[in-house]
Amino acid sequence: MRVYDLAHARAGDKGNTSNISVTAYSDAGWAALRADLTAERVLAAFRHLTAGPVRRYELPKLRALNFVIEGVLGGGVTRSLRIDPHGKALSALMLTIELPGAQAAADQVPALRARAGSGCPDGGAAPSAA
Amino acid sequence: MPAASVIRIGAGCGMSDDRIPPAVELIERGDLDYICCECLAERTIARESLDRARNPARGYTPSLLERMEAILPPALARGVRIVSNMGAANPRGAARAVLDAAPGWGCKDVACAVVLGDDVTETVRGLPGLPILEDGTPLESILPRMASANAYLGADVVAAGLATGAEVVITGRVADPSLFLGPMLHAFGWDYDDWARLAAGTLAGHLLECTGQLTGGCFADPGMKDVEDLAGLGYPFVDVDAAGAITLGKTPGSGGRLDQATCTEQILYEIHDPAAYITPDCVLDITGVSFRQEATDRVAVLGAAARPRTPTYKVVVGYFDGYVGAGEMGYAGPNAVARARLAGEVVRERLRRRGFAYSELRCDLIGMTSLHGDDGRPKPEPYEVRLRVAARADNRRAAEAVGAEVRALHMQGPGMAGGGVNLGAREVLAVKSVLLDRTLVRPEILLEGGR
Repeated sequence: MRVYDLAHARAGDKGNTSNISVTAYSDAGWAALRADLTAERVLAAFRHLTAGPVRRYELPKLRALNFVIEGVLGGGVTRSLRIDPHGKALSALMLTIELPGAQAAADQVPALRARAGSGCPDGGAAPSAA
Repeated sequence: MPAASVIRIGAGCGMSDDRIPPAVELIERGDLDYICCECLAERTIARESLDRARNPARGYTPSLLERMEAILPPALARGVRIVSNMGAANPRGAARAVLDAAPGWGCKDVACAVVLGDDVTETVRGLPGLPILEDGTPLESILPRMASANAYLGADVVAAGLATGAEVVITGRVADPSLFLGPMLHAFGWDYDDWARLAAGTLAGHLLECTGQLTGGCFADPGMKDVEDLAGLGYPFVDVDAAGAITLGKTPGSGGRLDQATCTEQILYEIHDPAAYITPDCVLDITGVSFRQEATDRVAVLGAAARPRTPTYKVVVGYFDGYVGAGEMGYAGPNAVARARLAGEVVRERLRRRGFAYSELRCDLIGMTSLHGDDGRPKPEPYEVRLRVAARADNRRAAEAVGAEVRALHMQGPGMAGGGVNLGAREVLAVKSVLLDRTLVRPEILLEGGR
């Protein structure tokens, strides 16, 4: 099961660092992401582009994770030779990551076709790193 | 202070090349009090500093007059005040250019407040020991190549500009959210140490500063995340009351969507630690934030918090960092990928034999590895693929040779190549950051024009 089936993502840039947010479509998807989309797993998916580190922050009220991936933009927006110096398209790479045991969550996730606002559980941000 | 109960601030521009018609629609249909236009990327001021060096009257955002011609007349007609950092490396020159052109647009007696003082080039030149934030080395190493140094000023100077009564406030480097917080400080007279209100206003500014990225831009994924009338994407506004309650909206009747999903993507855009987003005004903490859908395309934002601002300003230093050259060539049909790979090897070898040296040279296959890189896993071969070669050199001639060699692949490379293009060479203006004690930065406000 891919992250793509559970969540949507957006990438931003600062210097040579990309931050990629991953937002769950549902509570079940959030539980799966929170448990399995670790900083280690993200670093493994980006290993061919950077040695890291990757830091992960949790935002339970938004059902979102924020990953900060250092060294991934080929030297930074202003000097990178990358065709996408901002790394805007790297959010889609995040969505290709395969998660173990997330099938149950994915089965409960309707695509986000409808406009939605929803309540989320409480909690604060806690960074973890790889 | 004016006794406003609620003010409405629109987002009119999120980058120097942002689309102009949505800003005009927002002014005409959005019932705004203010519109803020954010036009400076990290390296933009360095580029405009070079422009100013060539012509002292220039150095402002190149799209300034085109944008102001479109938005100033409708803004004046509706009493909407404009705040923008389009002054770039020459805010005073920008104000004068606008005031010179305004009568031709039917705008008379316009006043522009100009914010100066962000340019700290000479100050940092005298501080070679300042550590560079990105790598800890002293600033000294890039001082000989420095093109510009500008401090991110805060909302206090924007509010001071508005206090002059000018219809337009033009700044150089001001932090993006501060452009939006400024009108709130001005309209409500908030204490600059009122962290709860500064948190709300800063968060509102952060959400709005990329215009359509809040309202369905940078979002659509057909079948998964659909956006109604993306072509007619409307830009957002925020309603703020004196207590700091913030509610988001967008141009009535426009395309796009404004909801929990779009807001969540944008709140984390360019954020690292969500408990510590440092602006010149405060240290914003968004870990307690939630969104509440009040109505279609109306979202209340709850739970922003902030700690006191830091004693320093962040300064972006622009410097020359060599040259980059690039070119592309297309291949299709049988064995296209192998031909493209061979072409890349040929270009690399020809450049080597000509004696050019590059500190970095990369060959990407557009259609396969250009955006996500090559993770080594087998992928299906595409029907078409496009070779892109890019290289970094310390001189322009070597950089120019890259695109020329790629273009020559038409005749001297592998067979059946089409659509070659020499993307030329450019001088690289890179940026690094330092922190500068606030006491070393002296902003000032000038008034240009008026009656």
